[in-house]
Amino acid sequence: MSENKQEIYQQDIVGDGVHSIQKVIEPPKYDSSNAVKYVLIGLSTLFLFVMLILPLIVVITNALRDGWAAYKDAVLDKYTIKALQLTLLATACAVAVNTIFGLFASFLLSKFYFRGRQVLAALIDIPFSISPVIAGLIFILTFGNIGWMGDFLKTYHIKIVFAVPGVILATVFVTFPFVFRELFPVLNAQGKDEEEAAALMGAGGFTIFRRITFPHIKWALLYGVILCTARAMGEFGAVSVISGHLRGKTNTLPLHVEILYNEFNTMAAFAVSSILVILAVLILIARSIVEWKAK
Amino acid sequence: MEQQIVKVKNKKGVRVIPGFGLSLGVTLAMLGTLVLIPLTSIIISASGLSIREFAEVVTSKQIVSGYVVSLSCAFVAALINAFFGLMIAWVLVRYQFPYKRLMDGIIELPFALPTAVAGISLTYLYSDKGWIGAAFSKVGIKIAYTKIGITIAMIFIGIPFVVRTVQPVLEKLDRQYEEAAAMLGASRIYTFFRVVLPEVFPALLAGFGLAFARGIGEYGSVVFIAGNIPYETQIAPLLIMAKLEQYKYADATAIALVLLLLSFLLMLMINSVQIYMQKFSKG
Amino acid sequence: MYVEMKHINKTFDGFQASKEVSFGVAKGHLAALLGPSGSGKTTILRMIAGLDKPDSGDIIIDGARVNDIPGSKRGIGFVFQNYALFRYMTVADNIAFGLQVQKKSKAEIKERVGELLQLISMEDLGKRYPHQLSGGQRQRVAFARALAPNPHLLLLDEPFAAIDAKVRRELRTWLRNMIEKVGITSIFVTHDQEEAMEVADTVIITNQGKIEQIGTPEDICLHPQTDFVADFIDAARYEAMMAVK
Repeated sequence: MSENKQEIYQQDIVGDGVHSIQKVIEPPKYDSSNAVKYVLIGLSTLFLFVMLILPLIVVITNALRDGWAAYKDAVLDKYTIKALQLTLLATACAVAVNTIFGLFASFLLSKFYFRGRQVLAALIDIPFSISPVIAGLIFILTFGNIGWMGDFLKTYHIKIVFAVPGVILATVFVTFPFVFRELFPVLNAQGKDEEEAAALMGAGGFTIFRRITFPHIKWALLYGVILCTARAMGEFGAVSVISGHLRGKTNTLPLHVEILYNEFNTMAAFAVSSILVILAVLILIARSIVEWKAK
Repeated sequence: MEQQIVKVKNKKGVRVIPGFGLSLGVTLAMLGTLVLIPLTSIIISASGLSIREFAEVVTSKQIVSGYVVSLSCAFVAALINAFFGLMIAWVLVRYQFPYKRLMDGIIELPFALPTAVAGISLTYLYSDKGWIGAAFSKVGIKIAYTKIGITIAMIFIGIPFVVRTVQPVLEKLDRQYEEAAAMLGASRIYTFFRVVLPEVFPALLAGFGLAFARGIGEYGSVVFIAGNIPYETQIAPLLIMAKLEQYKYADATAIALVLLLLSFLLMLMINSVQIYMQKFSKG
Repeated sequence: MYVEMKHINKTFDGFQASKEVSFGVAKGHLAALLGPSGSGKTTILRMIAGLDKPDSGDIIIDGARVNDIPGSKRGIGFVFQNYALFRYMTVADNIAFGLQVQKKSKAEIKERVGELLQLISMEDLGKRYPHQLSGGQRQRVAFARALAPNPHLLLLDEPFAAIDAKVRRELRTWLRNMIEKVGITSIFVTHDQEEAMEVADTVIITNQGKIEQIGTPEDICLHPQTDFVADFIDAARYEAMMAVK
């Protein structure tokens, strides 16, 4: 961003929809205090290496410490595969719910003014600020034996708590605002002139959304889906509360890791973890690509 | 679309875009069934408790020590994250270096890596046989299964919150402020503390608050390294878990309620400071 | 000449912002750097201030070559385009900043700040914050802040760009009078010819990194030396302006 330092004005879109004009200026040249620069870069690198990279290396080296065959056995274990399937199912549900909700809610809150708009936005954010353990707890208090819907569910033989639906519900809950949080700032900053123009020309709601609104948010949507996937795949606390730890039934990959670890089967725990590490790294790469493309 | 075009609305004028009814309907229905109704269960459940019972649970020695461990470790972790997060954001915004994009991408690792994986990995790393833990145990410092370990796990989980809230503000910060200070003869360090820091302070505080709140509620990455020694390293979310395993739902609810209240107060405090600071940025 | 630029060249990433720029501004004069956007006028100002370094050429202030002297030691006051007032400091603290940095005594700072507040007729507003001021008041604070450490040269980057068209004319006169009163050599950047012609003693016209013409407003309007100047300057408007005067 630096051809002509002189008079380039760049419009910055702030999340809250305020436009500000900012001048791009070359960093001050008069201070070439390079020592400070290298010390700060060095410290940051060291911090990130110790805090973030080392744990990854630990996972990989421990996963492979008993050799390739043992690694393969642990990864291809029947229960691991089952756990992977449930993780994928829960993640897919979370992404689907997130996307539908995110699209409607962000359209609603950015294109229409109505009383209670701010309250609604605050309510949507709740799952984000709640401890995952509490998220699991509320579902037990709702659908469990002592829950106020417990009797009703029992009569109709529906099992939610300590069953697959509970795991899915908990996953959906903890990821609920993710897509919305990515879409809303983009739509809000875009304003609503284009939609209004289209509406005045007689376009219907769906046409407006598809032709006008959607092109603005496709990258943000993809970004939100990626974040949601990451969180859904790795959710531990909420799922841990509600799953009942039934091996082969309600175990997701992270829960399977916990079980293996608590059985002192450390190598297998790290082997299963390595699947999640690989998925996490893939997600980070996808995230970078999307971010780069969106620019 | 049930809404007709041109429907007079409040001060913002005329509502022209169709789809209001449908969007509102879908949003409220999903939010209601998936979030709000389950959430009310905690209120319903808590209303079954008498004040005395509630107080008895949340003031019992074990529970109080759980809160103290969670809050103190999360606070220290958030402070450390505020320091390093600001430094990393500064480095990413202001300097050019070869692996900058890689560093930028890695910041989000704690968001992408499942917390349980982080938990067992950190535990291994800082235990007496782990690479870092072994070195420290030689000089008599135990990290895993102590509060230091809990704090480290909370640092891991909280760092992206600080970096990602401070980074955009630093990017938008007009260099003119620093140039103005430099023209008036201020040194770099003086300029940083008197001019740059006040500008990024609201964002830094928000990042600190998010990291703090996340640390208090965090379970997966902390529970392994904590070791769960009663009165020593039991975190509050673990106590909820333990009560649930004993089918003491009322106790679990009481602990959760206090935790919810704490994070609500925390957010309220941070929001009010931010609103206060925001008035300076007008115009 | 108090300020002299000699054969200055400056390139930013392959874009030549200054080509063989040479000019001088006499002591006590008020000069305008006038040109269209991207003509290199702000770069010249920033090089005088030491915010950018020229690739080649000499910058001379009061007879001394200052190329290697940091901007803060050149005795310059700088008024930034958007004023760059420190938002979290009061008006008085903004003005005092340059004096605090010099570790002046509290009493001395207080006296100087009071003096400057009086100069800009804002004695009662010292405790206000920048967001509580109008655009014109902000400009006056920026002016006072730049003058606080007693500079010998005042540089102003588009001083009226952030001001409403309505009060711009009024402020122009105010600034011109102030600079005359303080008696400080000043250079300001503008893209508005009316502004330059009305306020400055000397007008320096820039285009594509080069100096097209230097002269008094009258000189430039009545005897444009290049096609660009003739095109850029609206002579008819100048005559009309003078007639009104």
